[in-house]
Amino acid sequence: MTEKKRPLLDELKKGKWPSFVTEMEKSAATKPAVNTLLNLVERSFEEKRVHWKHGGIVGVRGYGGGVIGRYCDLPEEYPEVAEFHTIRVNQPSGWFYDSKAIRSLCDVWEKHGSGLTNMHGATGDAILLGTTTPHLQDCFNDLSDAGFDLGGSGSNLRTPSACCGPARCEYACFDTLDLCHHVTNKYQNELHRPMWPYKFKIKISGCPNDCTSSIARADLSIIGTWRDRIRVNQKAVAEYVDGGLPIKSAVLDYCPTKCISFDKEKKEINIDNENCTRCMHCISVMPKALRVGKEKGATLLLGGKATIVQSAFLGWVIKPFIKLDKEDGYQELHDLLEKIWEWWDENAKVRERIGELIYRKGMGEFLKATDLEPVPQMVHHPRANPYFFWYPEDFAAEKEAKEAKKEVAGSEVSE
Amino acid sequence: MANPYYAKTDIGPPNFWNMLPQVIKDNYGNWLYHEKVKPGVLKHVGETGDELYTVRVGSPRLLSIETLRWFADIADKYCDGHLRFTSRHNVEFLLADGTKVDALVDELEAAGWPVGGTGRSLKNLIHTQGWIHCHSAATDASGTVKAVMDDLYDYFKKDDLPAKLKISMACCLNMCGAVHCSDIAFVGVHRKIPKVDDYGVANGCEIPNVVASCPTGAIRPNPKAKSVTINEEKCMYCGNCYSVCPSLSIMDPENDGIAIFVGGKVSNTRKGPEFSKLVIPFIPNEPPRWDSLVVAIRNLVEIWVKNAKQGERYGEWIERIGWEKFFEVANLPFTDKHIDDFTFSVPTFRSTTQFKFTDKK
Ligand code: HEM
Ligand code: HEM
Ligand code: HEM
Ligand code: HEM
Ligand code: HEM
Ligand code: SF4
Ligand code: SF4
Ligand code: SF4
Ligand code: SF4
Repeated sequence: MTEKKRPLLDELKKGKWPSFVTEMEKSAATKPAVNTLLNLVERSFEEKRVHWKHGGIVGVRGYGGGVIGRYCDLPEEYPEVAEFHTIRVNQPSGWFYDSKAIRSLCDVWEKHGSGLTNMHGATGDAILLGTTTPHLQDCFNDLSDAGFDLGGSGSNLRTPSACCGPARCEYACFDTLDLCHHVTNKYQNELHRPMWPYKFKIKISGCPNDCTSSIARADLSIIGTWRDRIRVNQKAVAEYVDGGLPIKSAVLDYCPTKCISFDKEKKEINIDNENCTRCMHCISVMPKALRVGKEKGATLLLGGKATIVQSAFLGWVIKPFIKLDKEDGYQELHDLLEKIWEWWDENAKVRERIGELIYRKGMGEFLKATDLEPVPQMVHHPRANPYFFWYPEDFAAEKEAKEAKKEVAGSEVSE
Repeated sequence: MANPYYAKTDIGPPNFWNMLPQVIKDNYGNWLYHEKVKPGVLKHVGETGDELYTVRVGSPRLLSIETLRWFADIADKYCDGHLRFTSRHNVEFLLADGTKVDALVDELEAAGWPVGGTGRSLKNLIHTQGWIHCHSAATDASGTVKAVMDDLYDYFKKDDLPAKLKISMACCLNMCGAVHCSDIAFVGVHRKIPKVDDYGVANGCEIPNVVASCPTGAIRPNPKAKSVTINEEKCMYCGNCYSVCPSLSIMDPENDGIAIFVGGKVSNTRKGPEFSKLVIPFIPNEPPRWDSLVVAIRNLVEIWVKNAKQGERYGEWIERIGWEKFFEVANLPFTDKHIDDFTFSVPTFRSTTQFKFTDKK
């Protein structure tokens, strides 16, 4: 057999950035399928088009997701990659591994697949790239024996992910890793067995820096925050200033609410915490001097999604502050989450994300269904049109209020 | 062949706690502050005074098990076996002993793994599957990313940009990944309506699903052919129908290519999150090294480096000078494509007389 030349891909072995072609060639040394894959990709580079198609449900026993079927559209010419399925493996919270776990993952994938991985996919899973249908169950068995489980795919809960949080970040306002692990384990059924209108993603960031990009990428975005005051170490502030930090241009001027003042004499700052919107800027610039507050919790935002099918949405605030209490198993969060899922499941059309459903039905209905209070923190500004609706319950409430007032007035007279 | 054994289901992921290095367990939730040691190296200090060093390495995300095992060896050699990955495809080595950092960095660099991507640097380029593994890709992911990162390599290694710079790519409008809120985003785009294969549609697709899949209502049933027709005036080439029905191929090698969006961000720092906005509607596919794309992105990066104030992310810079000025500075044509005509377009129109003139030559 003559080795096929791959001049186009060879171009991408050049340059300083680590090359995916080099990675694929490492696998190809022991896996003939990857050599075929390289030839197929070379052909895509020549023709400027993909050679993959979709279709055929594949999976493992007991699960409705976790495996994505992938087929080559030229199976006769590239038989080794005629089937080349993807397996999503649920990552440990915060993507922390030890060498033993990495090696056991590699051993399973050496035995049952192409040896190619994505560390990690955009949802958070470790992605094992390329195997055949007969290998799927055995691969899952061995993964399971090694302590790994599959992640989500299809119309289900997608694998939740979290930033490194308290493990390595002084800004973490709650235990992101524990919450992620807890939520993932509590909703294993929702994760593995698609039965919803569409997908639902949860991402968890320990502070408003939002390192998991949750506002843009998750249906439910959980972002750490605090509601008291930024802790200030004035001595460290003075050290920053003495060290040459231009505090006015680098900190004060960037504060979006202009709520910081600086006393030049004392080299002290004063933060008007009532007006601070917790944007993290000042803390990020002076991490040694400023710390997040002590009364910590999270803001919940809902509805983020990409453009397909309606426009892209960024998640919006549905609960300005929630205490995330490890001791009671995050009960308040679970109660709310289950109400949200129930309303969505009952009302959504096929492939309608929660954000799209709220857009179609209105926030008012959503808030009623989930017993959430409307608060100004939910909007940039109130509505500017006069087209709002009144419901029988509004009038009933008005009547009740009137009567209550009368009663109070009446009782005063009788006294 | 029947399987003799079925694994236990629903065991969930491995417990992260068992993966943490001792210094993290000792200081969990009690970190005091962090500082940059040098590009790619962070030092976190706990309330106890303990130190944790992080060495960040860029990766192409597509990794062989050979490389993963080598990473495991490195983690054993320097970090008592501990490592992690970040949400942007980086690998991070975690160690308590600061004296080993330089040797670790040297060994990684010598093997071709770039240490960087912290602070005011170019972050690793987050991307999707492309021609290696997806059916709807309008361009390749790994190839375009490699070409762009080779060109911008020095920005990953240094941290002297005006602010952090996040570039993302998605190979089709499905945009797996947080592409639409990046400083610079490039996205594979189709430009011709799907080709209807009547026989395939009739025999392989559920017509009500296909009709319902179109966000613009461009698809109508064609009962005569037991197929569908596509209204050319309504279709905006999203490929959503192709995702539901493979007989509506939207692949078109000569006309597929890349669009570039800029000015998005996702964090809540200063101003809140923002979508990226269209600046270059089309760049043709030029494998293997996508020269026009690389040049276009370098230009976009350089005008920001030259003009932004210290601390200004891409979108913050544009907001200060105005989009009309941006097009002037970038020397990019403004076309009908740049004016939104999809859902929610009207609020993007300028309903004030305040703007800057840019045509006085
Ligand atoms: C009609 C819409 C969509 C279609 C047809 C689609 C199709 C696909 C396919 C075929 C893959 C597998 C690629 C592979 O590994 O072989 C994939 C992966 C993925 N998709 Fe989508 N997708 C769609 C929408 C979305 C959306 C809306 C999101 C998220 C916001 C998303 C996120 C992902 C992620 C995270 C992956 C994992 C691959 C990676 O990390 O690069 N997809 N998608
Ligand atoms: C000085 C302040 C900051 C510190 C100490 C910090 C710390 C961190 C840490 C520890 C990570 C790794 C987290 C993980 O992937 O789990 C991270 C990642 C990230 N941070 Fe920050 N961050 C800071 C500021 C910011 C700001 C201001 C933004 C956004 C504007 C931001 C956006 C991100 C993003 C997008 C990631 C993912 C990056 C990657 O995975 O490579 N961070 N940050
Ligand atoms: C359902 C909604 C509205 C109704 C029924 C309504 C009705 C009217 C009526 C009857 C007039 C007097 C016309 C006349 O003098 O001949 C008027 C004038 C006007 N309305 Fe409205 N209006 C509505 C909403 C709005 C809104 C939302 C705005 C602006 C945001 C607006 C701005 C004006 C202005 C500027 C005038 C002219 C006032 C003047 O000549 O001094 N209207 N409107
Ligand atoms: C041309 C317009 C765009 C299209 C067609 C598009 C399409 C998509 C699609 C299909 C997804 C998968 C999302 C899902 O349903 O979960 C997605 C995700 C996303 N898009 Fe976009 N998008 C567009 C523009 C943007 C823009 C302008 C931004 C940001 C400023 C953006 C940010 C995101 C983010 C953050 C995700 C989440 C990805 C994830 O879940 O991993 N998109 N987009
Ligand atoms: C041409 C037609 C098809 C297209 C374009 C298409 C597209 C997609 C897309 C975009 C995803 C989303 C992947 C993700 O976000 O995770 C997906 C997933 C999937 N599709 Fe298809 N699909 C097609 C046909 C089929 C057919 C015919 C089947 C089965 C008979 C099928 C089974 C699946 C399965 C099992 C998944 C994994 C669930 C998931 O990850 O969402 N697909 N498909
Ligand atoms: S989101 Fe906040 S708490 Fe989490 S890693 Fe990023 S900066 Fe730290
Ligand atoms: S966190 Fe933001 S809003 Fe609050 S004081 Fe600091 S810079 Fe100002
Ligand atoms: S962005 Fe599109 S082409 Fe790329 S992996 Fe996602 S669905 Fe496939
Ligand atoms: S490509 Fe998109 S817009 Fe065009 S017909 Fe298909 S679903 Fe409709």
